[in-house]
Amino acid sequence: MPEGQFCNKTPVTTEEALKALLGDKGGKQYYEEMSRLDVDAEKLWASLQKTCKSRTLTWLEICAHCGMCAESCFLYRVNERDPEQVPAFKIQSTLGEMIRRKGQVDNAFMRRAMEYAWARCTCCNRCGQFCPHGIDMGVMFSYLRGLLYSQGFVPWELKIGAGMHRVYKAQMDVTSEDWVETCEWMAEEQQEEWPGLEIPVDRANADIMYTLNAREPKHYPEDVAQAAILFHLAGENWTVPSTGWEQTSLSMFAGDWEACKGNVQEVYAAIERMKPKRVIGTECGHAHRATVIEGPYWVGRPDGKPPVEYIHYVEWLAETLRAGKIRIDPAKKIRENVTLQDSCNYVRNHGLSNFTREIMSYIVEDGYFVEMTPNRECNYCCGGGGGFNGIGLFRHQRNVALRTKRDQLLATGATLVVAPCHNCWDAIRDLEEEYRIGIRWTFLKPLIISMAIVPDHLQPQDNDEEDAE
Amino acid sequence: MLYTFLTGPGLIISLIVFFGGLAYRLAMYFKGLDWRLERVAYKPYLAEGMKGGLHSAYKWLIPYGTYGWRAQPFFTLCFFLFHTGAVLVPVFLIGHNVILQERFGFSFPSMSQVPADILAVATVIGAILIVLRRIALAEVRILTTTYDYCILALATLPFITGIIARLHIGSYEFWLICHILAGELMLILTPFTKLSHIALYFASRWQLGADYGIKRGGHRRGPCFPW
Ligand code: HEM
Ligand code: SF4
Ligand code: SF4
Ligand code: SF4
Repeated sequence: MPEGQFCNKTPVTTEEALKALLGDKGGKQYYEEMSRLDVDAEKLWASLQKTCKSRTLTWLEICAHCGMCAESCFLYRVNERDPEQVPAFKIQSTLGEMIRRKGQVDNAFMRRAMEYAWARCTCCNRCGQFCPHGIDMGVMFSYLRGLLYSQGFVPWELKIGAGMHRVYKAQMDVTSEDWVETCEWMAEEQQEEWPGLEIPVDRANADIMYTLNAREPKHYPEDVAQAAILFHLAGENWTVPSTGWEQTSLSMFAGDWEACKGNVQEVYAAIERMKPKRVIGTECGHAHRATVIEGPYWVGRPDGKPPVEYIHYVEWLAETLRAGKIRIDPAKKIRENVTLQDSCNYVRNHGLSNFTREIMSYIVEDGYFVEMTPNRECNYCCGGGGGFNGIGLFRHQRNVALRTKRDQLLATGATLVVAPCHNCWDAIRDLEEEYRIGIRWTFLKPLIISMAIVPDHLQPQDNDEEDAE
Repeated sequence: MLYTFLTGPGLIISLIVFFGGLAYRLAMYFKGLDWRLERVAYKPYLAEGMKGGLHSAYKWLIPYGTYGWRAQPFFTLCFFLFHTGAVLVPVFLIGHNVILQERFGFSFPSMSQVPADILAVATVIGAILIVLRRIALAEVRILTTTYDYCILALATLPFITGIIARLHIGSYEFWLICHILAGELMLILTPFTKLSHIALYFASRWQLGADYGIKRGGHRRGPCFPW
């Protein structure tokens, strides 16, 4: 069968098609159709010739087959050192082979490649750090995902995710109206405890424009409120845009580069419209990667930078605590063994490890912060990166992958882990559910709120006057 | 006769192919870089790119100088046993420099014979250990192809034949000719095989270092990516 009803080479671009695809529970029909989906070998070869240039070709050619990358990959280690999990093998037998065959590959090849690209690599980029030639398999797997996506070989959930971004300009069905409503609702709800708290929508020329993850308004609206409380506490002049607020990119996990570009354009358009001094993104790793690190290139900005300074939440928080704009009550500092998850997306891939540690130094009592081993740039993926968390078909493989973080956490003896990344947070939640190691996990926002000293002028006033009336 | 040809025109042709070929490969590598495909703004941040790139190439030349090397102590030993001689001996061997002086009127400083002998033997030992490792470890076995063994043989043959000639085992002339043939074969094939890494290592390492320096963190984490 050439093209299926659900599984085909065409991205989802309408609400109707999206709903239909969602209706195919678990992707049953989708995967059934995939088993018969044709490969357009000519198109595949044409796009390889156009986009696979000297960097990637050289990587594939000069790989010494030395196997030094094996131990660097957490998926190799956690899968009993299965030789078929060696990064060089994984990429040579998929992308490498595809090129050697000049794109002449069949359905079975593509389905195997799909399993490799999404269940045997989270694009954490750790292997590239340990290869003597500097061969970054994570980068190549991301590239391979794009090729697979364009041929229709993509896990069901990610086809939906990319479709969501195309249809709703967000990874979930949150429209601009839903979003603005959530802001109003959250601001209202906080009035009693935080009088005067605002969530200003579309305020031009603010010092800060805040962008976030659609999951927050959709499932965790309190996270939106928490962000507002902290900006309120710090006395910031901030705003959120009514459109272009969604910072994440499931399309990046899917390899749908067109949709990636669309997401980022939406955010940058908001920046151009509202002219904030700078933009701050929420506690999310891949959103930062998509919108701040890769995004400028997707939309073709030659300087590789967003239109204005665009920082991660942990950078803002470190700066705010350092400047004393939010002060921590020393009595409320953490007094239990606590560790920190380094998100690959902004630690290995954006060098922010010092910021999170600076924050920890302000909020943890001396002697209670325990580093994981390894950590910082060398840290292992949480186990659920690159979309792995969300793919039902690969749930078993993902659960195995979580054991790396489980064992790292157990070795610290910590009872709490700070995970300032949505994906890592999810993965740790799931690993607790799966393995019950007795760990609690948290974002930074609720922690800081629970420890912050609230200055008098921000305290709720006693209702004396009202009572007197 | 053969000797004069091999150390005359033969040598010149080999060196031209070797250097010309590698220069061509380097040129094509950099010509093929594309800021939009790799998503690295090379030009606007050339200084950051050079800094990160050179640092990355340099760090990996130091034995046990990176997390990667330290994570694999045994392989690192094999690698540096093999490569130190493979790079230094051909250039600084007194015998080679005598020929260079005779043919081209210039030469490099020469190292004395004893360290040269030690390095050459170390190269062969390194190669043997690399082969044994390839056979012994499942994670390396799965990657290994016949081509890998051919490359190792191609790279090691000049050393083996050179050592035999030097020890005067059997006919010196015969082994000397074999040695020169093996050496020139290696020079000629280098640009067309994985041995092109002699130059492309610097290109590939530069690129990833520049990538980290320009895009993936750069100045935020201190001077350079902590390889
Ligand atoms: C400055 C020059 C050179 C650099 C930076 C360099 C670097 C490297 C690197 C990073 C590797 C991959 C790791 C490994 O498998 O060992 C490698 C492999 C290799 N190199 Fe070099 N190399 C250089 C010169 C040479 C020379 C002159 C030769 C040959 C005479 C050579 C022969 C080999 C071989 C045969 C391998 C594969 C080893 C194996 O089978 O694992 N290299 N080189
Ligand atoms: S470490 Fe690098 S050169 Fe060695 S096998 Fe892995 S990718 Fe290839
Ligand atoms: S990017 Fe990460 S998960 Fe993927 S092969 Fe490399 S080390 Fe393994
Ligand atoms: S989910 Fe977290 S740890 Fe895993 S790859 Fe993404 S950022 Fe890294």
